[in-house]
Amino acid sequence: MARNLILSFETSCDETSVAVIENGDTILSNIVATQIKSHQRFGGVVPEVASRHHIEQITGCIEDALARANVTYDDLSAVAVTYGPGLVGALLIGVTAAKAVAWAHQLPLIPVNHLAGHIYAARLVEPIEFPAMALVVSGGHTELVYMPVENRFEIIGETRDDAAGEAYDKIGRVLGINYPAGKQVDEMAHQGRDTFHFPRAMDQDANFDFSFSGLKSAFINTVHHADQIHETLNKNDLAASFQQAVVDVLADKTVRALHEYPVKQLIVGGGVAANKGLRERLGKELQAFPQTTLELVPLSLCGDNAAMIGAAGEMLYRHQVFTDATLNADPGLEFDWLGDSPVK
Amino acid sequence: MKILAIDTSNQPLSVAVTADDSLLAETTLTTHRKHAEFLMPVIEDLVGKAGLTPKDLDRIVVASGPGSYTGIRMATTVAKTLAATLDIELVTVSSLLALALNITKPAGLINPIFNARNQNLFTGLYQIKNGEPTPVIADQHTNITDWLADIADIDQQITIVGETAPFEAAFSQQFGDRLMVADKLAAIPDAAKIGLYGAKLTPVQDVDSVVPRYLRLTKAEADWRKEHPNEDTRHYVEKI
Ligand SMILES: [Zn+2]
Repeated sequence: MARNLILSFETSCDETSVAVIENGDTILSNIVATQIKSHQRFGGVVPEVASRHHIEQITGCIEDALARANVTYDDLSAVAVTYGPGLVGALLIGVTAAKAVAWAHQLPLIPVNHLAGHIYAARLVEPIEFPAMALVVSGGHTELVYMPVENRFEIIGETRDDAAGEAYDKIGRVLGINYPAGKQVDEMAHQGRDTFHFPRAMDQDANFDFSFSGLKSAFINTVHHADQIHETLNKNDLAASFQQAVVDVLADKTVRALHEYPVKQLIVGGGVAANKGLRERLGKELQAFPQTTLELVPLSLCGDNAAMIGAAGEMLYRHQVFTDATLNADPGLEFDWLGDSPVK
Repeated sequence: MKILAIDTSNQPLSVAVTADDSLLAETTLTTHRKHAEFLMPVIEDLVGKAGLTPKDLDRIVVASGPGSYTGIRMATTVAKTLAATLDIELVTVSSLLALALNITKPAGLINPIFNARNQNLFTGLYQIKNGEPTPVIADQHTNITDWLADIADIDQQITIVGETAPFEAAFSQQFGDRLMVADKLAAIPDAAKIGLYGAKLTPVQDVDSVVPRYLRLTKAEADWRKEHPNEDTRHYVEKI
């Protein structure tokens, strides 16, 4: 069988990334130019600044990806690109560049949902077995996605307000940690204890949805109240209490979903999937599900990257999901939604 | 030399394919708002209708700004990606100069204008030398009061072209009957003229480093630089 090589693009937020993926599961190259240092100046991602950085980086990343993979355009089977969800001005740079490359070399163009990418990052380590469940947690998303068969994605639960990663960044600011705060809060949490018992929102509700804004407010109120009465709180305990509340809700909802939808694999992806507390907890919970294996996306592929877009793109390639030069960015792109159906 | 020329700096979209000193195909649209959906299909269509394939192109000429941020990013991304991926030449021209190319028989100076709202404008001043527009005052983002003060000494005729309507009264007050207002058609960029003009220019050395001519920092960046005047702002993006 001739090898399938996909050149993939990812520019949905603050990483410019181009990769070459062989047969959907092998990374030949995965170039990531991160803008984090730039946006740290502003305490968060500024969309217009992100777009400007993407256009500075895009062609250099393409050339590096091909050179590192040691392939030429003639070797490629297709071009894949994230077209949503994400920041529209950022997405447009990847979409436009991918369309230009596809036309220049007369290659098919594959439109990829960014969340499918976070899920399909798992197959760069192990093949995905269906039915499968995915918990995608990142700065922009907190979703439980059920996949009965390949190329079907059904959201069964999502956040009603802030994404988990967003809550980390907001409470990180209160603790004096610059964006992105996840890694440092995680480290502090491992040195503290859950002494504050923050609320676990919606934890007992009979659905798979999440809410983190109440937790965020409780955290901020606790710190402000202590400031007013000149009391100093232990920052590690604050971090541990916050993280325990997040992990409890994510784990409890995931466990409930696994009872409702028995699956062969639970995939955990997205930037917050790098969180050690969450990884440890899900490992323990999965012991009660001997038929389900836990696929934690490796730390190096949890953040936004084009390798995962190539991994999802190859699956779409086999299903003949192609688009043409009219492809536009879709910042609010969604999967099918199962969440409104009553819980059995 | 076969050239693909592109301008999507503002609402109009203009694309042309030229060969040496002649036009093979051109499309100009003013009726849509989605360059993201229209630009690549128009390019594909025109290159095909010109009887060419992408690999037949020798050079891309792009109007890279100023203009709408999204518009100039679309054109510049297509242009630099095509130039890089096809390994062909890239020429960038000012989108204001591109409008000056539309004034074929000027008397005096040419002052192209894009409206940047709230009395602000992108503008520059051009003079025809050896048949081509040459900058007299560099393209800039400014406000109408400052700009009129900058050009107060001009004693020649001046032709304004582009999104002139919000500024015509102020120009008229300063220049009286020395002011000419170009017609509406001249306010629409013509990619054929941009291609033929760009055919004579030296291509850029480093395609990867090409960025749009924004002529204006983002607000976040401007505020930050005010507070950090001595910081080196070049190395904020790193490959990991
Ligand atoms: Zn992501």
